[in-house]
Amino acid sequence: MSGAASCLALDGVSKRFGSLSVLEEVSFVIGQGERCGIIGPNGAGKSTLFNIIAGELPLTRGAVRFFGGNITRMPAHARARAGLARTFQTTTLFPKLSVIENIVLALQAHSAERFHLLAPRSRYHSRDREARALLDRVGLASRSNELVDALGYGEKRQVEILLAIAQKPKLLLLDEPTAGLAPGDASLVTEMLKRERGDITIVLIEHDMGVVFDVVERLIVLHHGRVVADGTVEAIRGDDNVQEIYLGGKL
Amino acid sequence: MTLQRRWLIAAGAGFIVALVLPRVGVPTFYISLLTQAWIYAIVAMSLDLLVGFTGLVNFSQAALFGVGAYAVAIAATRYHVVDFFPVVCIGIIAAVVTAAIFGLVALRSEGVGFIIITIALNEIVWGLAYQWVSVSGGDNGITGIVRPPVGPFDVSANTGYYYVCLAFFVISLILLSIIVRSPFGLVLKGVRETPRRMRALGYNVWLYRYFAMMISAGFAGLAGVLFAWYNQFVGPTSLSLDQSTQILIMVILGGIGTLYGQLFGALVVVFLSNELSAVTQRWEMVLGVVYFVVVMYAPGGLVVLVPRLWARLRGLRPAVERT
Amino acid sequence: MDLRFFAQNALGGLAYGSLLFLIASGLTLVFGLMRIINLAQTAFYLLGAYVGLTLVAHGFDFWLSSVAGGVVTMVLGLAVYSAFLHRYHADPLTSLLLTLGFALILDDGILALWGGDPRSVSPPPMLRGSIQIGTLVFPEYWLAVIAISFTVAAIMFVSLRRTMLGVIIRASVDDEEMARGLGVDVNRAFYVVFAAGALIAGIGGLLGGPITSAYPGLDGELTPLAFAVVIVGGMGSLTGALVGSILIGLVNAFGKAMFPELSYFTIFVPVALIMAFRPQGLFGRKQ
Repeated sequence: MSGAASCLALDGVSKRFGSLSVLEEVSFVIGQGERCGIIGPNGAGKSTLFNIIAGELPLTRGAVRFFGGNITRMPAHARARAGLARTFQTTTLFPKLSVIENIVLALQAHSAERFHLLAPRSRYHSRDREARALLDRVGLASRSNELVDALGYGEKRQVEILLAIAQKPKLLLLDEPTAGLAPGDASLVTEMLKRERGDITIVLIEHDMGVVFDVVERLIVLHHGRVVADGTVEAIRGDDNVQEIYLGGKL
Repeated sequence: MTLQRRWLIAAGAGFIVALVLPRVGVPTFYISLLTQAWIYAIVAMSLDLLVGFTGLVNFSQAALFGVGAYAVAIAATRYHVVDFFPVVCIGIIAAVVTAAIFGLVALRSEGVGFIIITIALNEIVWGLAYQWVSVSGGDNGITGIVRPPVGPFDVSANTGYYYVCLAFFVISLILLSIIVRSPFGLVLKGVRETPRRMRALGYNVWLYRYFAMMISAGFAGLAGVLFAWYNQFVGPTSLSLDQSTQILIMVILGGIGTLYGQLFGALVVVFLSNELSAVTQRWEMVLGVVYFVVVMYAPGGLVVLVPRLWARLRGLRPAVERT
Repeated sequence: MDLRFFAQNALGGLAYGSLLFLIASGLTLVFGLMRIINLAQTAFYLLGAYVGLTLVAHGFDFWLSSVAGGVVTMVLGLAVYSAFLHRYHADPLTSLLLTLGFALILDDGILALWGGDPRSVSPPPMLRGSIQIGTLVFPEYWLAVIAISFTVAAIMFVSLRRTMLGVIIRASVDDEEMARGLGVDVNRAFYVVFAAGALIAGIGGLLGGPITSAYPGLDGELTPLAFAVVIVGGMGSLTGALVGSILIGLVNAFGKAMFPELSYFTIFVPVALIMAFRPQGLFGRKQ
């Protein structure tokens, strides 16, 4: 199953909370550079799946592989170090730090600099330049020194994604990046994602089908914790079973 | 930039005042209280590194302070190690090692759990000092600690010792200010704000908390060493839970996350408790009332409260403080 | 000789542990329900002891005095809770500092009213004897204290499981938001739990008098034990408080007998083990 190009592979992943089964025997392989959407009604287990892939939740059974290596028991920060980045459904930034400090935290996460404690950060000019360049991409460079708290909701959502991009990941997990955004802002996010390099693998949870069809080429449909369909966007669109699940729920 | 310059001028002026105070006829009693304030300010700043910058409310800071103090006493009375710099190092190392053990236990939980466990840890160390009479002298503590000379300087008199403590306070303030402004300091703030995101970014949150505890303990231990020489005595009260709380009250009074504010917190607490014990036998009760007042009316600390009161006096709107 | 050493300490530890339960049960429930770390809980015990022994000295019945000590403590505790503490449920640091301030005031007040000399308390006349089994001698009073504590524990368990209020309390410990959403009067549960915690600790004061005696600073000595109980048992769990109390009582008794200078340190051992292998405590739920 796992060829050289496999980026993320789930092998019979199950998760139970007490007697409640949230995920059952979820298996799929996502190749390097692939852009894949995970859809399904609320409560299908999408966010739980993300938390398991990112290492925030232990799984009950099964295995998670990242570029062929077994990461099932690896803690979250080690997975991030290995090249796995994620965003959160509810904005999870550092509200009392400035915008640029938020970005710098993401940038310096993999550098030895994070242990430097006897030189003020103001000496690290190139790091700041790098952060400004990133912020410039979304037009926030001029607000570098404001607290993240002072940004608007749409801007916070952009920074949310920017942090993950700043990690220079191999795999990017996006948990409803456009949740709560006005349609105009949602397209900003879409543009951001489309501009990313081709070799980044993207896995996207999203309710906004416009965004999904815009960004991904493959869809995995989750329902009651099981994979009920997995295929190209066109194939899934024509799948009666999926239509039925969504007619029962939303869209 | 101008703001920063203004701060530097204020700090420089304060430093010069502190330097000349013993030379302009201030009574020895007050010089001695100020010495105490320098020492407490160091331990309060060390706690602020945890509370204000890392988000760890540590109630075992007095234990670390006390371990530093007892290290001096035990080194001197049992092993005859009395030289200034070796003893300072021993005190710091003893506190850091204690914190390394504490961290292994306490950092298994977060938030309130961490508070409860550090309370228990502090109490256990206190119990050790109180009961392990053969080592700690029990309730009677250890007396006969002599202030050693610092290189060629004799600091056994109060004025000389005042300068020693002032110097260590200034060094600690500078070091801690650099640390909280460093890339590492930024990581600590990130851990304080949103540990979950820090993990997602690839930071080992546990490890940074652990480092922060040990760095903080180093300064607490240093303060403990200075305190032992200051009093020329150590006893279990210097590492009681009350002491831990008093340090925390200094931090709250001074302003959490300000570092320099801790000096004001320490000054207020030191002078207040001394004045109180001179006026009334019931000063512990008054101290209890002070806790209530501070916690309920000045949670932002003096550095927020005083400018606000000042602004109100002048009929201005208070400036929004960045915390 | 060995058996004797073992049995004597086991019973002593059990008696001491059952006193700890009277303190720790309130501590853990108040914490579980309101996220308030009540550092005045052991001062409640001490206050109950002093009020009780004063009444006994004036010729009142031992048991009655004990309950009176509990009631006085409860009234005082409720006053502080309703005046200050109840505003700071979500804010453990503030409430912690408030209870510590209150503990200081109580301590100093006790010192002012009753002086600094230790007071011994005799058991009530009917329980002054001992039971002898072979060469083993057990004071009757120890057995009585164990029996009383277990009765109190049983009453607490039954009221938590069988009464409406108990259901509310358990639901609120699990999920306060949800309990509020269901239209439950959570506030009443808060008051009842805080009052019960103070009452039981206060009653425990005179009951424990013959074992711990009463002196200023006793509360400070009990605090580490009570906290160890709560950590070992699991914060918010009554079962945990019971098991933890017995465990810490036993460790304390054997620790004192075997390493008299290090008994506080021996308590550290179960605390450290628990934190290493089960940070949520024996009966606590994962956060």
